[in-house]
Amino acid sequence: MILPCHCEAKPKQSLIWIQMKEEIKRSYFIAKKDMSAYYLKPPLISWGLMLPIVFVLAFYFRNPIGIKEIVPGLIGLTLLFSCTSMAAIVITFEKRIGALERLLLAPLNIRTILFGKTLGSTLFGLIITFCITIFLIPIMGLSVNHPFSFVIIIILSGFTFSLLGILISVGVKEVFEAMTMSNFFRFPMIFLCGVFFPVSSMPFPLPIVSYLLPLTYTVDGLKHCLLEDKGSIPLILNLLILLGFVILIYALSFYIFRKRIRQEF
Amino acid sequence: MDTIIRVNDLIKFYGTVLAVDHVSFEVKGGEVFGFLGPNGAGKTTTIRMMVGLTQPSSGTAWIDGHDVLKESVEVKRTIGLVPETSNLYGELTSLENLIYQAELYGIARKERKDRAFQLLEEFGLKEHEEKPFQKLSRGLKRRLTIAAALIHHPKILFLDEPTTGLDVMSARRLRKLILDSKKKGLTIFLTTHYIPEAESLCDRIAIIVQGKIRIIDTPENIKAQVKETEILEIGLDRLPEDLKGLLLSLDGIEKILIDENRIRFHVKSLNQVAFHILKSIEDRGVKIRSINTLSPNLEDVFIRLTGLDSELMKIDKPIKGGPES
Repeated sequence: MILPCHCEAKPKQSLIWIQMKEEIKRSYFIAKKDMSAYYLKPPLISWGLMLPIVFVLAFYFRNPIGIKEIVPGLIGLTLLFSCTSMAAIVITFEKRIGALERLLLAPLNIRTILFGKTLGSTLFGLIITFCITIFLIPIMGLSVNHPFSFVIIIILSGFTFSLLGILISVGVKEVFEAMTMSNFFRFPMIFLCGVFFPVSSMPFPLPIVSYLLPLTYTVDGLKHCLLEDKGSIPLILNLLILLGFVILIYALSFYIFRKRIRQEF
Repeated sequence: MDTIIRVNDLIKFYGTVLAVDHVSFEVKGGEVFGFLGPNGAGKTTTIRMMVGLTQPSSGTAWIDGHDVLKESVEVKRTIGLVPETSNLYGELTSLENLIYQAELYGIARKERKDRAFQLLEEFGLKEHEEKPFQKLSRGLKRRLTIAAALIHHPKILFLDEPTTGLDVMSARRLRKLILDSKKKGLTIFLTTHYIPEAESLCDRIAIIVQGKIRIIDTPENIKAQVKETEILEIGLDRLPEDLKGLLLSLDGIEKILIDENRIRFHVKSLNQVAFHILKSIEDRGVKIRSINTLSPNLEDVFIRLTGLDSELMKIDKPIKGGPES
């Protein structure tokens, strides 16, 4: 599909670039609308902020000395819950109220729509995570060892979790199904991805399940960055696996979304 | 006028149900084309296939020279669609909704606001620009949805049951807006199950029943098809059951429509049967309140072509619902 642009006599490479820019711009508009209509609302912001605060306080009262160890996990959880909070519902909800049709009627590619939806959710997750991280790191007396990798891990994880939400959203028909499915994915990750206990200390076969879940690589990567290389998987491998998750889940979401549109519309 | 829409042998199956059955027609640029039929006739399915929202089982359509199946993005730039349910974003204000639509259609930043304000003005929505869409009345929502469909200056506007669920004044205002848009050169494709609306707005009408087109012509030519029929309408003070049976058994009557104590007779020759009708009524001791002779209207043609009672057409579909089957 070719998006409209006023660029007939330009060389091919330039055409592709203009088209890409146009697609990114329209994805941004979709994300901006989603942020304004759904994400930046008091219930979602308070839910995004309250969850990590409750976890920090609960663990602080139980073991004030060991709380530093779970900071990477808490940052990972904050990202997971804030990125999936609405992503899992947004497409199902818009399909139900008929608003998704507006996107399908506009001159947009499916990939532009999917990227826009993912971007909105990711930006929300990054804002919430930034608010938590900016307080948590100095309060706990931590420093960031690999700032560049830290940022990349956060961004890749944000996209991965948002896409996971979008995958659920395009895969189900009803909003309640989306919520059930998203909890089915999210809650086991709290215990299986090294947030509170290291993956290596889990009994067989739980580590196998852990290594299939993206949060494991987020937490492990953040341990490298915040806890003086205490991660068990090489940092670069964490980054590559997270990138792999982004590509895989995006491709799956694209395939299912396209199939669903053909079936349901 | 050149042909701007060409629909070629569209077929749509939902499972084993044939929703649209070999539908073909052409629409000329600048005309208001009406798609008239009862609920479930296949109107919405046809419109959705024409705009690329629903995949046809076979056949295709060309919109302004672009194949809907192969050049869907070009088609989407050419058209504006107002679906049966006003489906803008409830949380966004009227102005934000229009600007968002402009952004999706790639309208330049400096033009977006100007165009949005222009449409708010044209559609009488200026004082509601800061109101969230969900807080607007149904009539205002409908107007804003039409304005949103026009944001990118489409050549063709598809309106799916535009006045369904609106009060009389809102529906009248909307019809005026449709006619104003036609005057500006817009081609309008209108689906409706409301016969007077089709008759008053459309240059040409296609009547579709059970997925099949029965007739395509101007309202005048369609009405001319039943000119040989005469209509006698009699108002009574009461309508005994046995009188109904007696009237139905009289010779020379094509059809009888009964609405409470008012009876409408479709007859071949009024001279031959009027006396017998009046005598039957008098013999039963029923008082006649009024007598009228009427010219056949589009409703009568519709009844003849479809065999459906026009009252069925007046039953609105639920406001929210899935695609028509």
